[in-house]
Amino acid sequence: MKKADYIIESNRRIADGVYRMTLVGDTSAILRGGQFADVAVNGFYLRRPLAVTEWDSEKFSIIYKVIGRGTEVMAAMQPGAGVNVLTGLGNGFDASAPASKALVVCGGIGASPCFSLVKELLAKGRQVKVYLGFNTAADVILQAEYEALGADVTVVTMDGSAGFKGLVTDAIKAQNPQFDYFYSCGPKVMMKAVCDMLADCPGEVSLEERMGCGCGICYGCTCHTKSGAKRVCADGPVFKKEEVIW
Amino acid sequence: MVNRLSVELCGVKLANPVVPASGTFGFGIEMAGEYDLNVLGGISLKGSTLEPRYGNECPRIAECPGGMINAVGLQNPGVDVLVADKVPALRKVYGGCIIANISGFSVDEYVQSCAKAAACPDIDIIEVNISCPNVHGGGMAFGTSAQAAAEVTSAVKAVCGAKPVFIKLSPNVSNIVEIALACEKAGADGLTLINTVLGMRIDIERRKPVVANTYGGFSGSAIFPLALRMVHQVAHAVKIPVMGCGGVSSARDVVEMMMAGATAVQVGAENLRNPMVCKEIVEELPALMDKLKINCLNEIIATV
Repeated sequence: MKKADYIIESNRRIADGVYRMTLVGDTSAILRGGQFADVAVNGFYLRRPLAVTEWDSEKFSIIYKVIGRGTEVMAAMQPGAGVNVLTGLGNGFDASAPASKALVVCGGIGASPCFSLVKELLAKGRQVKVYLGFNTAADVILQAEYEALGADVTVVTMDGSAGFKGLVTDAIKAQNPQFDYFYSCGPKVMMKAVCDMLADCPGEVSLEERMGCGCGICYGCTCHTKSGAKRVCADGPVFKKEEVIW
Repeated sequence: MVNRLSVELCGVKLANPVVPASGTFGFGIEMAGEYDLNVLGGISLKGSTLEPRYGNECPRIAECPGGMINAVGLQNPGVDVLVADKVPALRKVYGGCIIANISGFSVDEYVQSCAKAAACPDIDIIEVNISCPNVHGGGMAFGTSAQAAAEVTSAVKAVCGAKPVFIKLSPNVSNIVEIALACEKAGADGLTLINTVLGMRIDIERRKPVVANTYGGFSGSAIFPLALRMVHQVAHAVKIPVMGCGGVSSARDVVEMMMAGATAVQVGAENLRNPMVCKEIVEELPALMDKLKINCLNEIIATV
């Protein structure tokens, strides 16, 4: 974990109510895709925990959906402004999991934490099939970025306004991709459906809970797992699918 | 060289008065990889009970202006794990004052848990939590009646030998001085105050309480004036030392709490916004003391 000040390089709308913020500063604590950053927002007591989309040695970016007053204030932040952030939080995905062909299933802004994972999997020479699920075409994010990485991407929308029409699980059934490990991040109902459908395949999912500290000291975001009580922020947010009690 | 920051609680020397409050700093070891914990005067560990507890269902956290509500509900692995694993692990990396925070659901549970904590050589002070607002049939029920508070205090004191026992008081009472005096009379070696203030938030879109437990404990900088007033009232009424707690977020707040009567000062919710804050406060204190012409911190205790 590192606490530091960052400068906003850009903060722009990338889909309906969804923004991408790029922050310049110390990224040394960010080690794995699926980790998150905890962003201090002026006027709000607690930080906002948001998944890291991508990082390099000089900057990192986060993608967030405006759902409350805190994220409204974030959306109005201007490039050049400073922001205090805790980075390197959470365990992140295990890109070293033994898989030659990986399946990555994302729902909504769940596409964000999986982006660096896919980048790393491809760099390791794995074949990666990505499903990006959204409600409608106006919600689609990161499609071009995932394609530019060289991943095989299928966009799925509930209303059919972009890509495959239906649920991500419908698209997986229809296309029957080959894989021996899966990763998923998105709404809980989607991740549960994916885990139920892929019962015979090992995999991991990223959970979400309302957090206090974000770094494992307050026990505010505890969830039940098959191996007992776990803190989503510090023991997760990524859990092996066998561990999760839905 | 004289340590300008040192204070003493019932014979236990603290290198400085700054102590992360129970429930806001895990069992200390969670933070051992982040900085050298030895900068801290003491560490009050997560509240522990006789049996392991999961606590309340999530959401357990709600944000408020100037603070937050928690309804964790004493999640802990039980006092046996506390004394066998958590405290020894912390002692390996930390030489300062280790404070075990103990809660219970009956006088007998408090007695059994405190006896186990008192027998652990690495625990320096026992802090008896009679003020947790997030559990039913225990916790705060013992802290809102002078008679019940005294009963727990004398029962616990009987099994703790020479180990100092602090009673952690609830602000959710009409007269905190009356409870403080009852604890002192029953043999308490010191007092910690205040615990969180019972509060609530409603999600107006869902038309439901934000935390699953409906109510929770409100803490954060918004409660600092309330905590300060109670510390002032209690410290001027009792002869035993007080650890001031509630909304402390800066070196200035530490000085203010000490002037009001606190011998040591606990930092709670601020750790959740800034996990490094206790270290930062310790580092900021000398310059603030210079500015205020304070030679040694223990000179300012209860001077206002």
